[in-house]
Amino acid sequence: MPKLIKGVGCPYCGSSCDDIEVLVSDDETKILEVHNACIIGTNLFHHANDPTRPRLPRRRQPDGSMKEIPYDEAIDYMAKTMLAAKKPLVYGFGSTNCEGMSAVARIAEKSGAVLDNCATICHGPSFLAIFDNGYPSCTLGEAKNRADVVVFWGCNPMHAHPRHTSRYSIFPRGYFTQKGQMQRTVLCVDPRETDTAKLADHHLMLDQGHDYELFDAFRTVLRGFEIPDVVAGIPKETIKKSVEIMKNAKFCMIFFGMGCTHTDGRNHNIDAAISLTRDLNTHTKASIMAMRGHYNIAGPGQVWAWQFGFPYCIDLSKGTHAHMNPGETSSVDLAMRDEVDCFVNVGADAGAHFPIQPVQHLKKHPFITVDPNFNMASEISDLHIPVRIAGVDEPGVVYRMDNVPIQFRAVIKGLPGVPSDEELFNKVYERMCELTKTEPIWLAAKEDRRYPESEAVI
Amino acid sequence: MATVTLKPTKVPELMFEGYSITPDAFAGKTAPQIADLPGHEGKFVLKLGDFFEVSGNGGETAADTDIVITGDCTRVKYIGARMTAGTVTVNGNADMYVGGWMKGGKIHIKGNMDSFCGIQMEGGELLCDGDAKNHVGCAYRGDWRGMKGGTIRIKGSAGNDIGTAMLGGTIIIEKNAFIHVSTHAEGGTVIIKGDVEGRVGGQMVKGEMYVLGKIKFMMPGYQKVGTVEKEVDGATYTFDHYIGDLGERHGKSKGQIVYANLYLKAAA
Repeated sequence: MPKLIKGVGCPYCGSSCDDIEVLVSDDETKILEVHNACIIGTNLFHHANDPTRPRLPRRRQPDGSMKEIPYDEAIDYMAKTMLAAKKPLVYGFGSTNCEGMSAVARIAEKSGAVLDNCATICHGPSFLAIFDNGYPSCTLGEAKNRADVVVFWGCNPMHAHPRHTSRYSIFPRGYFTQKGQMQRTVLCVDPRETDTAKLADHHLMLDQGHDYELFDAFRTVLRGFEIPDVVAGIPKETIKKSVEIMKNAKFCMIFFGMGCTHTDGRNHNIDAAISLTRDLNTHTKASIMAMRGHYNIAGPGQVWAWQFGFPYCIDLSKGTHAHMNPGETSSVDLAMRDEVDCFVNVGADAGAHFPIQPVQHLKKHPFITVDPNFNMASEISDLHIPVRIAGVDEPGVVYRMDNVPIQFRAVIKGLPGVPSDEELFNKVYERMCELTKTEPIWLAAKEDRRYPESEAVI
Repeated sequence: MATVTLKPTKVPELMFEGYSITPDAFAGKTAPQIADLPGHEGKFVLKLGDFFEVSGNGGETAADTDIVITGDCTRVKYIGARMTAGTVTVNGNADMYVGGWMKGGKIHIKGNMDSFCGIQMEGGELLCDGDAKNHVGCAYRGDWRGMKGGTIRIKGSAGNDIGTAMLGGTIIIEKNAFIHVSTHAEGGTVIIKGDVEGRVGGQMVKGEMYVLGKIKFMMPGYQKVGTVEKEVDGATYTFDHYIGDLGERHGKSKGQIVYANLYLKAAA
């Protein structure tokens, strides 16, 4: 008798939908049906049924081929390689649970590595702007229940976050927004006519790369000053009208994406957006939120900021303190400047997402991938270690794009013998401690996780 | 005055963090003691002597110590960072953080510099004969109190983020700059003798900017208020005077709102 599991979290985009229903086979090894999820989420669950999923680590042989090796050998290789490297780089973590992120921090600290996550090529600039200017944000629930003006600036949720508009931003009927879409005015600022722009009431098609000027124009108008006739390709009248809409909102919600964080100016674009939000709050209620990409990409920011004080680009090579300065300690810059000599890619695909030059630089040194599936990074790696899929056959805590933690559950049994990220990293840490003849230090937030066996190390 | 000469002997595989290369660290030390000073390459602590041949002893104090590096330091970071007095001369390129957090003394880089030179600088003089990359005289991430004093002169071009959150001091770029000049600044002077792509003085509260070339994209928050003659770096020009950033908060002094000033050289 197949079992229907309700209230399942979806391990795809930053919306982290937690209303998915999954029908699993009697023996809990096959996913039969997925309800409520978008097409990408549905496929992600079904992907776990793939009989060709890797079950053993694979090590590159001298002739270039990949050969399956036992887990112990892979763990030993990873521990030794990272300890021998002058400065290993550990990157990824868009698609794994917080338990894995916490565990990897131990091995990064032990091996003096740089710890970085997908934010470095995604919403990292948002962090920098938040450092500089604060983050007047809210939860998605507030956006759903209150926002009557929604601005999508440089983001396209219709493609990147398929259920975002229906669950949180445009269509849902909330407490103060009972008429749903009828009650909401949607503005879209994007140089292209995306599907989100088509859905919007007003589309401001600005010149690519001039977001900062447009934000400044919005702020100048908001303070009652004149602006030039055309700013960033948008006529003055359109800007004034848009500011009027935002000013007269009961609750104005600004969502921003890669269009702001990865065009010229990067953090300054977000900085200006945050300033605009602050200015709007003198007239009405306004809030701003980053459209985080992966379902748990807010997780490493939370976990590592708690552990090390920084959310990404954390250089732990000094051993005494963490150092963070994107531009120097960010993955792509480190790779381009040949500043790392070992690369560990976890739950992300650096092979597909990095520009080709940094990948070429990284390939000069040992290249390790920890990922449940075959991907471009795993195929160019010296070692590929498969793990369980967080949110499908491994439970865990994830942080949604509004930094709300959600407990994801496992819907099927994991592949026999395949560890979770956390188990794998704990074993690597144990092996590193054996190799360096030191006592492992286990401090964990959860009671059922490992604690130090000898009191002397606490 | 005592001169310590460092001759590069080996190019580091990764970057060498030469935070010990300051007159403050060299003062009162003999050549072998200087060669024994630490520096990181990745997680390993090495010595200056592993990458440089040291000759000459340090002076009694930092002010009496001159450091001359007779070669290329493209892969050496933190040269002259946090120095308070004395001089450092590099006959070649230097990597990141040249003169970062420096409080006094003089640095002369005869080649190019990488990013983050003079960040959080409080005093002294930083001179570069070549180009600098990004974040010249900028604030450290998240700090709203950037460069407080001193002079940075780049004879070539610079990249983006010049004088972010600057509170005082002077930055002179003799050629072109890319984007973001004096963003968030609340004081200080930036002089750019060439052209700028745009975003000059965005979110700027107070301070002065002089541009002798052209600005391709003007910030919409700036308004022209007149034409003035001013002396800049020893020469007098006629400037169009703009105030701004009108989109940003501004304080008052003697009942008058204080804006940031942008002086753009008037078309002849």
